[in-house]
Amino acid sequence: MNDIWAAPITANLLTGFLGSGKTSLLRRLLRQPDLSDTAVMINEFGEVGLDHLLIEAVDEEVVLLDSGCVCCTIRGDLKDALLRLYGRRQRGEVPPFRRVVIETTGLADPAPIVATFAADPMLKHHFRLGNVVTVIDAECGGANLDGYEECRKQVAIGDRLVLSKIDIAAPDKTARLRARLALINPTAEVIETSEADDAAAALLTNDVHDEATRPEEVRRWLAAAHGDHHQHHDDDDHDHADGSRHHSDISALLLSADEPLDWAAFGLWLSMLLNRHGASVLRVKGLINVVGRPAPVVVQGVQHLIHKPVHLERWPDDRPQTRLILIVRGLDAALVQRSFRSFMGLGTEVRSAQEPASSA
Amino acid sequence: MCGLCGVFGVVEHWTDGSVGSRADEQHRVTVGNRFLALYGLKLAEWSGRFILTSQTGGSAVVDHFGGLWPAAEHLAGRPCDPLDAAMIAAVENRAGRR
Repeated sequence: MNDIWAAPITANLLTGFLGSGKTSLLRRLLRQPDLSDTAVMINEFGEVGLDHLLIEAVDEEVVLLDSGCVCCTIRGDLKDALLRLYGRRQRGEVPPFRRVVIETTGLADPAPIVATFAADPMLKHHFRLGNVVTVIDAECGGANLDGYEECRKQVAIGDRLVLSKIDIAAPDKTARLRARLALINPTAEVIETSEADDAAAALLTNDVHDEATRPEEVRRWLAAAHGDHHQHHDDDDHDHADGSRHHSDISALLLSADEPLDWAAFGLWLSMLLNRHGASVLRVKGLINVVGRPAPVVVQGVQHLIHKPVHLERWPDDRPQTRLILIVRGLDAALVQRSFRSFMGLGTEVRSAQEPASSA
Repeated sequence: MCGLCGVFGVVEHWTDGSVGSRADEQHRVTVGNRFLALYGLKLAEWSGRFILTSQTGGSAVVDHFGGLWPAAEHLAGRPCDPLDAAMIAAVENRAGRR
């Protein structure tokens, strides 16, 4: 059993555009027995009543770090509220919750919330970011994606995309929305709210941090890597059959390699990319075939924030091949792929020089 | 620039994940030098940290690889951009020569 005091608290982000039904989903989530030890942070007490023991309200206040770096816009209010709540937990003033769900406002750019976790050593130590759940209204989702960058970013960083209001949206509209979501974020699981009702807790509890559910999570990423969703991103806005004009500024691209990669070279390259283009790399998810390691290394991150890599026992599809999906905004996919290949070549070059007789 | 990017849930940087032995660490510095040479910089290990030096005598100490590229850009006086087409071409030529 996990030592509740030693294990990091999982922080889930619940996001979604105005009127998408975030609070309704949250209310259902909080009824689940598996989530009884969950604290909640909301921006405002809305019209949907939440009857829950542990609710904190935070004022939306975005602050810039002293460095002035745009990527480090953080939520000072959220940081203070989380640390305050953590302090109360440690002092026994509130039950020892294992999870905290942070509900964003509809117009929130989720990036500063993620950056908040990356920026503060205390938060980093005591919390870890779990699934990001994004709610999308099946009726208005398409229009929101067209009109609002915040909405596109919310979809791009989601691990789970929950479709709400499917009962009032025409089936073909829902199908078109699903297709668009798959273009923006092919790695996320799409769930309709009726399904979410049955297994709501799993939206939060089944994640890549959990050893039991990790292989299944990774299998979904690999399926996305082998789909064709990530091939359609080079053109700018394009017309669809329904006459609407869709923004394709956010899209997925695949980096793959058959040869095992030098871990040092991979780390240096990804760090360099995130340092310069972190604001444009919304998600990183995949498996790396590392030289000298039979088991795959799972790498995943949200914006600049890369989680500690973990190992899988075996390749889920018996194919020892690096496959890394990047969800990017406004980056040239072909250039990213070319950069990846060339810099990985430097790692191979160093290895060849060190072990001239063993090169394959 | 910020030196915060890339770390979560652990004290060390995520790239430390597969570094176990002294040989791993030395290898990492060797590969780091191959990258940093593109920008006229050198990397050396120093008591569990790293020293970055430029050809003009500038230097910086970084605790982990999360702080490497911001410091490298500062010392080099230019962006270290892996998507710079000219740099990619240079790396392709270099790697191709072996």
